[in-house]
Amino acid sequence: MHINCPHCGDRDQREFSIRGHGTGLSRPKGETWSDDWNDFLHIRDNLAGRIQELWHHGGGCGAWLVVDRSNVTHEIFGTRLVSEVRS
Amino acid sequence: MRLDGKGQINRDTPVRFHFNGAPYSGFKGDTVASALMANGVKLVGRSFKYHRPRGVLTAGSEEPNALIQVGEGDAMLPNVRATVQEIYAGLETSSQNHIGPLEFDLLSINDLVPNFLSAGFYYKTFMWPRGFWEKVYEPVIRRAAGLGRITHGASPEENERVFGFCDVLVIGGGPAGLMAALTAARSGADVILMEESADLGERLLSDGELIDGLPADIWVDETVAALRDTGHVRIMTRTTATGAYDGLTFGAVERVGSHLPHTPDLPRECFWRIRARQAVLAAGALERPIAFPMNDRPGIMMASAIRTYVNRYGVTPGEKVAIFATNDDAHKTAVELIDAGVDVVAVIDSRTGIQAHGDYRLHHEAQVISTKGRRGLTELTVRSGGSEFRLEADCLGMSGGWNPTLHLTCHTGARPVWNPDIHAFVPVDDAIKGLHPAGACRGTFDTAGCLSEGVEAAAKALKALGKRVRRPDLPMAEDAAGATSPLWTVEAKGRAWLDFANDVTTKDVRQSAAEGFKSVEHMKRYTTQGMAPDQGKSSNIGALAVLADVTGKGIPETGTTTYRPPFTPIALATMGAGAQGKGFAPERFTTSHKAVTARGAPMMEAGLWYRPSYLPLPGETHWRQSCDREVTMVRNAVGVIDVSTLGKIEIFGADAGAFLDFLYTNMFSTLKPGRVRYGLMLREDGHVMDDGTTACLAPGHYVMTTTTAAAGAIMAHMEFVSQALRPDLDVMFTSVTEQWAQFSVAGPRARELLNRVLDHPIDNQTFPFMQCGAVKVHGIKGRLFRISFSGEQAYEIAVPSAYGDALYRDLVARAEALGGGGYGLEALNVLRIEKGFITHGEIHGQVTAFDVGMQGMLSKKKDFIGKAASTRPGLLEADREQLVGLKPVGAVKELTAGAHLFDRDAEPTRLNDRGYITSVAYSPTLGHFIGLGFLRDGPNRVGHHMKIVDHLRGVTTEVEICDPVFFDPEGGRARG
Ligand SMILES: [Zn+2]
Repeated sequence: MHINCPHCGDRDQREFSIRGHGTGLSRPKGETWSDDWNDFLHIRDNLAGRIQELWHHGGGCGAWLVVDRSNVTHEIFGTRLVSEVRS
Repeated sequence: MRLDGKGQINRDTPVRFHFNGAPYSGFKGDTVASALMANGVKLVGRSFKYHRPRGVLTAGSEEPNALIQVGEGDAMLPNVRATVQEIYAGLETSSQNHIGPLEFDLLSINDLVPNFLSAGFYYKTFMWPRGFWEKVYEPVIRRAAGLGRITHGASPEENERVFGFCDVLVIGGGPAGLMAALTAARSGADVILMEESADLGERLLSDGELIDGLPADIWVDETVAALRDTGHVRIMTRTTATGAYDGLTFGAVERVGSHLPHTPDLPRECFWRIRARQAVLAAGALERPIAFPMNDRPGIMMASAIRTYVNRYGVTPGEKVAIFATNDDAHKTAVELIDAGVDVVAVIDSRTGIQAHGDYRLHHEAQVISTKGRRGLTELTVRSGGSEFRLEADCLGMSGGWNPTLHLTCHTGARPVWNPDIHAFVPVDDAIKGLHPAGACRGTFDTAGCLSEGVEAAAKALKALGKRVRRPDLPMAEDAAGATSPLWTVEAKGRAWLDFANDVTTKDVRQSAAEGFKSVEHMKRYTTQGMAPDQGKSSNIGALAVLADVTGKGIPETGTTTYRPPFTPIALATMGAGAQGKGFAPERFTTSHKAVTARGAPMMEAGLWYRPSYLPLPGETHWRQSCDREVTMVRNAVGVIDVSTLGKIEIFGADAGAFLDFLYTNMFSTLKPGRVRYGLMLREDGHVMDDGTTACLAPGHYVMTTTTAAAGAIMAHMEFVSQALRPDLDVMFTSVTEQWAQFSVAGPRARELLNRVLDHPIDNQTFPFMQCGAVKVHGIKGRLFRISFSGEQAYEIAVPSAYGDALYRDLVARAEALGGGGYGLEALNVLRIEKGFITHGEIHGQVTAFDVGMQGMLSKKKDFIGKAASTRPGLLEADREQLVGLKPVGAVKELTAGAHLFDRDAEPTRLNDRGYITSVAYSPTLGHFIGLGFLRDGPNRVGHHMKIVDHLRGVTTEVEICDPVFFDPEGGRARG
């Protein structure tokens, strides 16, 4: 699998590591434990199909990416920098 | 037997080699199989289960029978295909899978009791008596089973791993592949053309056809020259594409030196990982056997392989050859043999109403129903119409038609589809996006069709690349593939083999279905058909046909088993090239590495780093002697240790303080320039991630330290927090771990030592505990941090790495003059346990700030990573296991890490478990063992006596629970 890093271009999968579902970007507000926090930390839909995932280009520029891909066919539809997704 | 005037071997260069210890001679260009054939050797191995005599079946990598051991000593490789291995001077080979000489294999007794070893025999026979498995069955089976022998030493031969890139990868150098490569290269694409054998051309070299009116091998030479002229093609012969992976990544094995006498620095094989933008699969097709009774004798082989031996290697496998065919293609073999002057006894064709292609005897509607010849074919029995007759023959070529070599199209999960016109599976459209099959591998068997499909597949690839297609002229070639009609099995008495390597017969497949294993995947595992060397290449379709026949389903409904990489076996040494021994993980050395190893320090690994365990003095014979001395030295004088391996991250920006506030549980934005603070980081789930100190060097400029092992993970974490969670903050950071050499100088005489290397001396008033600042060391700009991991007066001094070696040697020499010296990790560990300082032994991923007694560091004034989760009720309960100190109080004085804590009178069982020990050390300062551990409600049990039980080492010790800080609890020494 190859991931197109917006900074570095098309790079081998082994330069990247996965963190998990893109849910990880939606950190809840609130500094005490809540259902939102429980969902954020523990609850994933675990869909087979097209998903948004967080990948780190640790063997490259250090960017965190949202990778839009199919976990069934491994096809990648697009990548974005997390900083741009957030802003 | 050699044939005059035939073949492409180099008859001017004889080559001598050994097989089973006996000398043989062949020519340069011969494989072991062709050379043995030329010497009249028919018996080359034994089958797996019945130890039946086996001869060469094919002329390629699909060979299931002629598996040999190659090489000597630890360089020996098992299961090498004799049909692939080229001979070279001094080559040592031997046959496999027999006890005693190949001709008189003791285990051929198995052949006399085939019913005992029928389908599922592993699962049935060895079930009882239970106790027999380990003592009787397993050792016997292990001795008898397995193909080939492995060596137990590391292979002394070198292999390599390489990455390749191209616009268009063309797999296969036959007519389709050559035309695809030519089209792509002439259109300006960068091309890699891969061919499994030593020469390009594939069947064009074997079949004696004409292309553009020229002998096909001459057309091949001209095309190869044209390919080279383009300057765009990397031609890789002796290279097998072994797997197709996501994103058009292909694995391939190149046989670089395995066909040559051992040459220093020349790798045996090279494992390629090739990233192609587009690819053309022109892998050809494999001829399939026919399951007729006693079809496994040496001398019975694939009809097309005979043509290859005649035309490429100038050798015939027999002097009286018969052909058993279901198709026109196999008749070519008869024609080629007659052309070479070999006696063709007859062509036995199962079809009706066909014409002979040459001057040979043809039997219509005929089948071979039995054969004779213990170690090689001597006679066959033919049934034609209602009559039976016998023919004398020493070789029988069989052809049940062709199976497209579509394996790579299925490696990422696609399933092939059945094409009823050619009675074979073909690749499904777009099985792999960007991989375009062409020619025989997609079921097009005529040469003209292969040539034009090669062009069209390349055109598809070029279009996908946005390149203009420049089609070369199509050469004239034979455009008839010839008719075929399926014949899977011959109904007659006797065992008919499907899988020659694993000894699976038609009867085994029928039995499997009868016993309920009717799914193709179940049948495969029950009978072992297509497992091990064959991987279904020769046996799969035949077995499916038999299964389909028994179950009453068609072949397409029955389906195939899964095609997985690798296409051909790959030696582990090749796949792991570069990763043997020290190649497995890179080594990171500190700047003091040479100095400490010169002192005989045993090194221990910390991640990829190497750090000294201790620095032994002459006369010290046990690590404890050195360690105890070093601890005492630090407590009484001064010690020096390299701490450069700790992660160092330099942080800049107007919002750097706010960023640190968000990362750490405690406050950092209030830290003044010139000051250092200890910080605790949590994961978002509320558990401790790491700890360390961060220094404020100037407003908006900090340097953070992480534990050695966590450095990479913390950097990635910070990048995530900065980019994903707090992109609003103005902050930049980078790892400087390798840029700075940093040494801890600890002990009551630490400052005295430092003042001998600093250009401007320091004192306790201007440089108090937790101070930091820029200093000059022998004129070099450095950084000084007053932090202590030993509880002593201590400093960490950092200089640019280039000066690390010099500074370490200088510090140690000066320390020795003050009664101190260098120390290692063992002493460092004892010193920190005496002070109750935690490491990743304690913060092992399952503990909270509460558990390690740092609940007070969770700031209430700000948000931070892990804050919300740290308020979860379950993480704050008193009966959680919390950090305590332990010391022995009974007769047994030893503590062991990993032991568990129990109430004194409780049974030491899981339900009574109260906690566990994470770190222990013998404290020379206190004169007894001390330990750190986690105990339920620990802080409230200080003073209690408990027992610790180490079930693994068989140690039970009575301990007193105490505060985790054993030494200088007020901390006065660090501040002095
Ligand atoms: Zn990048």
